[in-house]
Amino acid sequence: MNISRNWKRKSSAASENKVSGRMTEEKETNEQKSGQSILVQILVWGAVLFLLGIVAIQLSKTQEGTVQIGDKAPDFVLTTFEGDDIASTDLTGKVVLINFWASWCKPCEVEAADLQTAWEMYEPSGDVVFLGIAHLDTDKEAAAYIERFKITYPNGHDLGTRISQDFRTTGVPETYIIDQNRILTKVKIGPFASLSEITSAIDSLLEP
Amino acid sequence: MKLKTTLIFLLTVCGLLFVVSPALAEEPSPTPSDDEVNAIAANMYCPVCENIPLDVCPTAACAQWREEIRDKLSQGWSEQEIYDYFALKYGDRVLAEPPRQGFNWLAYIVPPLAFIIGAYFLYRGFKTWRRPVEELVDESPAKPTEGQDEYLSQLEKEVERRK
Repeated sequence: MNISRNWKRKSSAASENKVSGRMTEEKETNEQKSGQSILVQILVWGAVLFLLGIVAIQLSKTQEGTVQIGDKAPDFVLTTFEGDDIASTDLTGKVVLINFWASWCKPCEVEAADLQTAWEMYEPSGDVVFLGIAHLDTDKEAAAYIERFKITYPNGHDLGTRISQDFRTTGVPETYIIDQNRILTKVKIGPFASLSEITSAIDSLLEP
Repeated sequence: MKLKTTLIFLLTVCGLLFVVSPALAEEPSPTPSDDEVNAIAANMYCPVCENIPLDVCPTAACAQWREEIRDKLSQGWSEQEIYDYFALKYGDRVLAEPPRQGFNWLAYIVPPLAFIIGAYFLYRGFKTWRRPVEELVDESPAKPTEGQDEYLSQLEKEVERRK
């Protein structure tokens, strides 16, 4: 009977040791699992926040609207249909009118003739530069449009829509007037109603 | 006489072929059909009317773009050359599939990654849900199976032997 009790005690102690060993192992395993789980959660939340950040930046860009009056105008290089490169940085000291247009845009036709008349008025002085930027237009149709309205100021494609993205245009027609210090002074969304509207915006910048 | 006639006939035919064949060779390729144009246009989007594929977009701008595709096809351009041309001219956003470079990789990596992570969490969720159910169902004291606890079985054998 005593032997049996001793056996039971020994066996019980051995069992307890074994159980406590198992518990320690389980505890360690659980701690490891918990550590891994936290790391995974941090990584997942980090990735989610990163993606949300990108979406927020893109949304804020689209909600921003056009470049604001008083801001420095974005720098760009326009490759004309004739193949010449015109850099906006080379136009410092001149008033620059940038007109975004497209041959498929009916409102653009409303102001096309007035813009050309205004250009013919200012071209001899050399103080004003007009630039036409064909937005999402095809070569053939753009050339036909220029021919149709007998436009003589430099025009070119908005390659890769980079210029319109820099100006954050909202559509066509849109016109931006930049002063001699490359500060944006006027944004016209939609067509100019008359020649005088164009000239008054430019003349105010040419006055000494 | 008969030989002479045959010779004249053959010379005439050869002469005609000589005159006509260059003209046939220079003949422009037939105008690509609407289906051929739309097969390419379906993989492009016009930024003017966002989220509408170019092949079904009704605006004048998109009609012009489709005509440009037709022109390029009739000039013998390949499908890829046309995509490259439009991407260069109007930006990558006109392509239904953005080029695999820079930030564009996110469009290819994020969806499958999100799926894998989602599947992993789902798996973990199912795994943790199963445990309590097992514990509840198996309420009876566990009977040691053979070889499960050698100390216990040894002890039982010893007790039986000494009875």
